[in-house]
Amino acid sequence: MRENSLVKRGGYFLAFNGLSLFAFLCVLVIPFIYGFILTFTNWNAISDTFSFVGLQNYVTVFSDKEFLRQFLITLKYVVISAVLCNVFAFTIAYFLTSGMRAQNFLRGGFFVPNLIGGIILGYIWKFMFANVLTQIGKTFGIALLKTSFLTNPDRAIWAMIIVTVWQYAGYLMMIYIAGFVGIPRDVQEAADIDGAHGLRKLFRVTIPLMVPSFNICLFITLSRSFMAYDLNLSLTNGAPYGSTQLAAMHVYQKAFMSKQFGVGQAEAIVLFVVVALISVTQVLLNKKREVEV
Amino acid sequence: MTVRLRKQHWGRTVFVFALLILFLVPFYLVLNNSFRTTEMFVTSPFKLTDSLDPKNYIDAFNKMRFMNGLQNSFIITLCSVALILITASMSAHYLVRNRNRLTNTIFGIMVASMIVPFQAVMIPLAKIYGSMNLYNNPLTLMFFYMGFGQAFAVFIFHGFIKGIPVELEEAALIDGCGRLKNFFSIVMPNLKPVIVTVLILDVLWIWNDYLLPSMVLLSPDLRTLPLSTYSFFTTYSVDYAPLMAGLVLTIIPVIALYLLCQKQIIEGVVQGAIK
Repeated sequence: MRENSLVKRGGYFLAFNGLSLFAFLCVLVIPFIYGFILTFTNWNAISDTFSFVGLQNYVTVFSDKEFLRQFLITLKYVVISAVLCNVFAFTIAYFLTSGMRAQNFLRGGFFVPNLIGGIILGYIWKFMFANVLTQIGKTFGIALLKTSFLTNPDRAIWAMIIVTVWQYAGYLMMIYIAGFVGIPRDVQEAADIDGAHGLRKLFRVTIPLMVPSFNICLFITLSRSFMAYDLNLSLTNGAPYGSTQLAAMHVYQKAFMSKQFGVGQAEAIVLFVVVALISVTQVLLNKKREVEV
Repeated sequence: MTVRLRKQHWGRTVFVFALLILFLVPFYLVLNNSFRTTEMFVTSPFKLTDSLDPKNYIDAFNKMRFMNGLQNSFIITLCSVALILITASMSAHYLVRNRNRLTNTIFGIMVASMIVPFQAVMIPLAKIYGSMNLYNNPLTLMFFYMGFGQAFAVFIFHGFIKGIPVELEEAALIDGCGRLKNFFSIVMPNLKPVIVTVLILDVLWIWNDYLLPSMVLLSPDLRTLPLSTYSFFTTYSVDYAPLMAGLVLTIIPVIALYLLCQKQIIEGVVQGAIK
């Protein structure tokens, strides 16, 4: 009798959780643990055997000037993109919640780039930078635009940033709009009655109440742009002279082009730790706020 | 006062409209020049096309094997999303209705796993599944999506099922309804709003994904649309005009979907981000 009920309960568990857990373990959990072990080996994909080398791969990663340089480029890209994306998205969201004509149409329009994959967006902008902007530069005599952004090592990263802002602005805008709409009416009216208008109301009342939206949006931009790959591949492919090769692409190159799987995986783990730190910070900030409120 | 306010509003509207036009200019340029020649594109990209010659489209359609890519993308997206929806909703339901140390741990690990970026498991995946000769198979890719999509979908379903009163299900169970039947006929219909949210997010993710399919699907016959676009661009990089037509072709399915259910898409995307 007891055994029967145990079988029954096990069957119930497996019927509802079996496939889900199997896929989750096989695709995420096991590879993640296995990958962590790989970072302590000298595996190189060509030979079947490998031996443990301790922390050697991590030493290689942190003494690899190329990786550190690309890590700094990635940081620059991530921080500037995150700031610009959020400022831009917040501004449009502010305008588009102030009771404007054709509000919904405008919102829908700004969202369009976000529907399309990074590969396609990168190709669209490749032509914009290589062809269209240079044309405009020549016609109107704007020195900055005369040569392509994509061939200049100092400016190519800005091409990445511009397209990233373009890609995410509409998405973040929608989250900010939800935040604006969620501000209680009575608080707004109270601010109006107290004589807080325009910018003053925005900075003293609206923005403090929108901290949760800022938190979400900042987290999205930071974690996504840290792992940017598709856009990087189709827009610049790391050129010119590796000046736009972001960290995620570097990992890919290390592993699948130079066949240094152990080092590549160690780099991937370093990136994971950075992204994990960003996420944990965000969760802690949220918790702290909940306590305060 | 009112006059000033109205003026301000006009100023704002014009400003935001201008911004949107600037924002969407790249799409205009791609569409416009997909009907022109490469030479025209290079010399005068903004000039409106004077013909609607489908030559570039026919060219792109054949060279990038558009139908092949579309079909692969469609099958892979549809099957992967269906797998995620069914397995994750069942799993979440079990986890909510049977709270104990085991189920809490499973749920905790799933939520924590959401911070793992794809790149952290990309190399081990290639090693494990490559050595078992499971690569170059669309079924492997669907299984991967099922695994990667699990945590987020379970998380969303979990939050929603918590809010559904358990009495209805209990009544059915007492009446002798089996657990599976109970789930599909009584629980599932209540999940409709979250199913739509997960569906939309996963469709957009899988449809546009490049890196994972580029690793798994090696033979040209299996390519999804992003992969066909990539190979089309790397092979025919000099002749711009057909490339523009290729871009338009790839964008059409998503835009069509957007026009059909814009409200649900925007709602789903916002819900997914806020939760």
